Formats: sequence, structure tokens, C-alpha cells
Amino acid sequence: MFGRGLKTLSLITVALIVGAFAMVFFYAPNDADQGFIQKIFYLHVPLAIVALFGFVAGGVYGIKYLRTGDRLHDLRSYVAIHLSLILAVGALVTGSIWARGSWGVWWTWDEPTLVSFLIVFLLYACYQPLRFSIEDPERQARYAAVFAIIAGAFVPLNFMAVRMAESLVHPRVLSTTGGSMPSDMRITFLVSTVAMACLFITLWKYELASKHATFRLRALKRRLADGEDAWTPNPRRSAAPTL
Amino acid sequence: MRSAVGALLRKDLLLQRRTPEAVPAMVLFSIGTFVLFHFALDEREVTGNLASGILWVTLLFAAVLGINRLFVSEREEGGFDGFLLAPVDRTSMLVAKAILLFLFLSVVEVFVLAAFTILLLGPSPWGPLPELILVLALANAGIAVIGTLVAALAIQTRARDLIVPLIALPLSVPLVIAAARACAPLLTEGGAGALEARWLAILGLYDLVFGLLAYAIFDFLLEE
Amino acid sequence: MPALPLDEAGKYVAAAYLVFLALVLIYVAIMAGRLARVERDLGEITDLLEQRTAEAEDDERETVPR
Repeated sequence: MFGRGLKTLSLITVALIVGAFAMVFFYAPNDADQGFIQKIFYLHVPLAIVALFGFVAGGVYGIKYLRTGDRLHDLRSYVAIHLSLILAVGALVTGSIWARGSWGVWWTWDEPTLVSFLIVFLLYACYQPLRFSIEDPERQARYAAVFAIIAGAFVPLNFMAVRMAESLVHPRVLSTTGGSMPSDMRITFLVSTVAMACLFITLWKYELASKHATFRLRALKRRLADGEDAWTPNPRRSAAPTL
Repeated sequence: MRSAVGALLRKDLLLQRRTPEAVPAMVLFSIGTFVLFHFALDEREVTGNLASGILWVTLLFAAVLGINRLFVSEREEGGFDGFLLAPVDRTSMLVAKAILLFLFLSVVEVFVLAAFTILLLGPSPWGPLPELILVLALANAGIAVIGTLVAALAIQTRARDLIVPLIALPLSVPLVIAAARACAPLLTEGGAGALEARWLAILGLYDLVFGLLAYAIFDFLLEE
Repeated sequence: MPALPLDEAGKYVAAAYLVFLALVLIYVAIMAGRLARVERDLGEITDLLEQRTAEAEDDERETVPR
């Protein structure tokens, strides 16, 4: 059910990622100011953008869950936030490496986007502990959806507040809006972002398919083992939603 | 709805009057934090950015204490069941609790501001008092709204006292940024600087967005 | 900010891209673990099913009158 089209999607993703990385290293020119190190930009920024969109998507599925009560929406929301957290770790680490390379420090508070991203990450890092500490699965899904919606609305507000707080914005070679980027850099950046988005969607569908298959398998096992002594409740508790 | 909010508010205020629990704890905690700041920073007097930052971090941590206790009586004494059985709009609980938290914070701030002035603050805060009250009121509204949401979210979980600060602190970062930056020129030595409108705008926007959001989704936190 | 020479910058760029690669690979490893669990569950179910059919056949044989 969730696995449909996954193969095609995976192939497209592989092609796009390989293409994007090839463009990064062979097509896009070296940045006039920052030089070779600016190549991290094509990895770091798409990671961050896709993670943020994933967080917001988690909120949107949270709304859908609250409106319909369909547990699959809860699963979608959970997987989206879960994957976004992984991408966010990647964005923070690559951003830190970039900062070390070009400014000589592992962390800088002058970069509003980086700081807001850390705050958003800290907030979403509570998502799994929150789920984990609620036992009733129906309530867990409901509360997680509420959290996802609150946090989803928080993302843009937070970015606005932090950006305003930093009156001194670092002299940026590249504005992420792409206004001042040379066209070949912009195309490379766009392809990288699309590739990262495709990777996200592929992994999202992949994980959904995997989780869904596991649930059905477990349900089957329970039905088969019904009436026998061999039945044991799921020994491992997890924060993941159950169907 | 208004009568339901009024009834809930009266109940909570009565409880607070009979066994004052949250407000004294918050005030004591704040004063203790000021003493800690004095020794940790080794400063006799603070001004400007530093003063504003200390004030807001302290207030926020004190608010977390209040948020933690906000629904405890409902949970432990079965107040939720009684409320859910009553034929009233569920959002009235949100409104009542948010108003209650706002009142708590306001009362706490009266004492905390006085203590801050005596203990740590260099310049007198009486000159820019109206502006200060405006910022405090706007920030209180924001803390009250997200505090009520977070408290309702956390009250049914096993790790309530962990969840509240973990979620409330990142959520209130924009509030602290705006409030602390807005207060900084007001607490500067030698004539208060002007209040910057953009911080008030951020505070107002925050209150508005989370107010509407809380109004829309609070129902889902109470359903049994 | 003067541009870093290529050999300096190369290290950082390589590190960043390796982080990405490592993340994806860790993800694959976790999914592999899950796949192994699914396989084990599936094996248990198959065993259970075979056991049941065997029992059912035994029952049938015994109930047949001689």
C-alpha cells in the first residue's frame, strides 16, 4: 500500500542526488569570495530547508489526524518529524563544519538562520520524549498531533524573531533567497534542493511502508498465536505510533 | 462561556487564597535566582542588556514553576471529570487557566520587580514604568497562552515535570528575545532609551498566533 | 574573509559530505535491523502455520474410523 511507486521514486532520487553532487563539483564555479569551501552550501542549505518543510508537513498531518482521527495520518506525521530530525542533525553538523572552515569557529551566534534552526531542533527533539511518556496510544496520537501543530506554527515565528534580533547580519556571499547568486550556482542549488526533497520523500515512503508492514505482520502473528501460550505482548516499547 | 470562565477562575483563585502555593513559590524562586546571579556574575549592580536578560530568564524559569502546577489540582482531585461533565464549552477551561496564569505572573512580577530593583538593578525603573508594564503585559499574555497549552499537554504524561520545561523553554525563545531586547534600553543607566516598536510587534504577533492556535486546538487536549 | 586554499577547504568539504553519507548509511543500517526483525517474525509465523496444519492433519487422521 505504501510501497507503491517506491522503486521508481528511489531510482529518481539516486539519479538526482548523483546529478546534484556532480553539478556541485564539476559544474558550479568556485565561489569568488569563499572559494572551494562554499560547496558545503549545496548540502547544508537543502538539508535545512527540507528538514523545516518536513517539520511543517508533520504539523499539517497533525491537523489532518485531528480532523479525521485516521491513525495513518498520525503515522505520517510521526515519520515526517522523525526524518526531519535526522536531516536537522545533518544540517547542524554540516553548518558547524562550514563555520569552522570559513570563520574558524564551530559555532557562531551571528548567523540568525543557524540559531533559529538550533531552537527549532531543540523543540522538536522533545517530540519523541513526549510520545514516549504517554501510554494510551489514542491519547499519544492526539497529543503528538497537538504538539506537531504548535511546533509547526512556531517555526516561522521563531525565524522572524531571531532574524530581527541579529541586527548585524554576517556579510553573506550568498543570500539563500538566491537573489544575488550567479545563474549556474542557482541552478546547482535548485537541483540539490530538489534532490534532497526527493530523498526525504523516498525515505518517508520507505519508512511508512516498513512500519505499516511491521504492524500488519504483528497483527497477523497475534491472530495466529491467539489461544496459545506462546503469545507475549510486544516486549519493546517505542515512541512510534501503533496502528 | 463567560460564566463558566468566571466560575473556573473563582475556583482557582479561592484555592490559591486558601492554600497559596504557586505565587509564593515563584516569588521565592525568583529572589533566590537573583542572589545566585549576583554571586555567579560577581556584580553588585546590573544595567541594560544584562539586567534585562537576568530579569527575563528569571521570570521565565519562575513561570515554568507555575506552569507545572497549573493543572495539578484538576488532575489529582478529579476536576477534569467534573469539568467535562458540565455542559460548557471546553475552551472556557483554556481561557480561565490562561487568565489565571496571567494573573499569577502579574502578581509575581510586582514582587520580583521590586526585589530586582532593590537587589541588583542599577538604574531606577520608575521612570520608564509604563513602557515596562506594557512589555510585561504583552509577554505575560504569550507565556500564559503557551503555558496553558504546554501544561495541558504535559499533565497526562508520565514525565510531566520533564516535559514542561523541555517544551516551554524553546517555545518561549521568541518571547524572551523580544521582551529582553525591548526592556534593555529601558533599564539602561542615565535616561531610558526609547522603546522599539518592532519588539512590541513581535510580542503582539506571538500572542495573536498562539492565542488563535490555542483556541483552535485546546479541545483535543481535554477529550477523554 | 580570504578564501581558504583548496587543500585546507577540501578537508572541511569532504567532512561535510561524509557526514551526509554517514547519516544515510546509519539509516540504512537501522532499516536493515528492522528488516531482520520482520524476517524473524515472518519465520515465526510460518512455523506456527506449519505446526498448525500438521496438527490439523494429525487430528484428521485420528478421527478417521478404522
